[in-house]
Amino acid sequence: MTDKLSKTQDTPVEGTVPMVKAQGVHKSFGHVEVLKGIDLEVKPGEVFCLIGPSGSGKSTFLRCINHLEKINAGRLYVDGELVGYRQQGDKLYELRDREVAMKRRDIGMVFQRFNLFPHMTALENVMEAPVQVKGANRSQAKERAMQLLERVGLADRAGHYPSQLSGGQQQRVAIARALAMEPKLMLFDEPTSALDPELVGDVLDVMRDLAESGMTMVVVTHEMGFAREVGDSLVFMDDGVVVESGHPRDVLTSPQHERTQSFLSKVL
Amino acid sequence: MTDIDKTAEPADTPAAGAEAIKAIPVRHYGRYVAAVIAIALLVAIIYAFGQGKINWNAVPDYFFDDRIMTGVSKTLLLTVLSMLIGIVGGILLAVMRLSKNPVTSSIAWFYIWFFRGTPVLVQLFLWFNLGLVFEYINLMPFYKDYWSNFMTPLLTALLGLGLNEAAYMAEICRAGLLAVDEGQTEAAHALGMSHSRTLRRVVIPQAMRVIVPPTGNEVINMLKTTSLVAAVQYPELFRYAQDIGQNSGAPVEMYFLAAAWYLIMTSVLSVGQYYIERYYARGSSRQLPPTPWQKVKANMLSLGRPKGAVGA
Repeated sequence: MTDKLSKTQDTPVEGTVPMVKAQGVHKSFGHVEVLKGIDLEVKPGEVFCLIGPSGSGKSTFLRCINHLEKINAGRLYVDGELVGYRQQGDKLYELRDREVAMKRRDIGMVFQRFNLFPHMTALENVMEAPVQVKGANRSQAKERAMQLLERVGLADRAGHYPSQLSGGQQQRVAIARALAMEPKLMLFDEPTSALDPELVGDVLDVMRDLAESGMTMVVVTHEMGFAREVGDSLVFMDDGVVVESGHPRDVLTSPQHERTQSFLSKVL
Repeated sequence: MTDIDKTAEPADTPAAGAEAIKAIPVRHYGRYVAAVIAIALLVAIIYAFGQGKINWNAVPDYFFDDRIMTGVSKTLLLTVLSMLIGIVGGILLAVMRLSKNPVTSSIAWFYIWFFRGTPVLVQLFLWFNLGLVFEYINLMPFYKDYWSNFMTPLLTALLGLGLNEAAYMAEICRAGLLAVDEGQTEAAHALGMSHSRTLRRVVIPQAMRVIVPPTGNEVINMLKTTSLVAAVQYPELFRYAQDIGQNSGAPVEMYFLAAAWYLIMTSVLSVGQYYIERYYARGSSRQLPPTPWQKVKANMLSLGRPKGAVGA
């Protein structure tokens, strides 16, 4: 089960290049400053959870990691490389569309609203990027896509269109779609927030399985149980800043900061 | 074909165990009155046309006349070519309007403003008489001639109809592209797809669902609008029908004949449109509605079965 995906390290390794490194990241939409200087580090193989009230900037930060949003100040690195820019001397050059796309291949993303391609079947959704972006051979891509669908427990739904699947099933197809590009980092943007409560479990199971296989994951979530069980690090964000960080068990059971305490008392 | 079974199932089979309701239905007397009046009017109109001074025999006599057939084929040719110009131009203009470059987007805006804001007939005459502005046409090494020689009636008709159509198609395409959820673009980008590939593989196929129905309307409209090009000396169905009418002394009859041919062509186009829409609707609804042919087959199957005996 696990060997299909395990291409990254099994355990977080100390002293290596961080998978994600943020230094004083700022982001504004017009006059509204959403991120006010974020500093954090995600180690390879780690499950890194971001929690916080809505509007705290956690989703925005996640979207900055694969350059869906441009940051206004600070530096953001993925696997040691600057996101969205190239530095030569002391000058920054914006990357071309094509170069940005190239870097995004290695970063999988799962959205709150699934965003499956509605005009393609589940199987075609999973095959699309390997065939179109990597130029993979169709029959091999199909075989691999079937393996991934099997892994998320949906091999029997391969021929279904997204509109014929439940929310939980759609999200699991979306995870398979992201994994098909064999990313070294997976971003989850509130993957279970749009789901009926009874469907959340299936999606979390798939994510737990993925975490065990050693995938580096950054997860924006409201599922405190998942964060506590699976997470290796946790960051509590509020109003565009990191308020508190540490091991999930410590932060969730004995929060030090007042704002963390009041937030957790409402959601737990 | 699971979708046939769904529709073939009778809607009001009584539930097992419960006693079926037998009630006297409400009588809608108003409906009977309305139906009688409508039928009476229809009969009156048909009678009026039947006993009028119209020589109906002239219509079948000329229905497959060589000139009419030439006219039909020229009308179809004009429709296809000017729609092609319209669709290609429309896509180009839509992309220009949506681009971040303010110059291209305002040029597209201006184009649409002009060509949508003036009548096609006026535009046709303008193209025809543009020789007053450009005396020669000079494509340096390839071609050089007087404008009046270059601007044949066919070219005038195509430019007039096609460029006008492009303005309408641009708005239709733009609406289609804007209708696709932004999350789709984001998901495609997150998978590492480039901008153009995202447009081609993800956005346009979904935009088609919005674009196709109004485009079908445009095709049908175009087919009829081609009758205007008689004004710039390009003979097509309407012009030939008129000519025959004047020579044979049955002008009104030939108008009816032309109308019949236009109806036949638009009907065929409507059927084509139905199937294209169906194709682009895949994935958007859980179950595609049955095609008319599937409906007929399903009805024939269910006719064979005694009523009320359908259990499954």
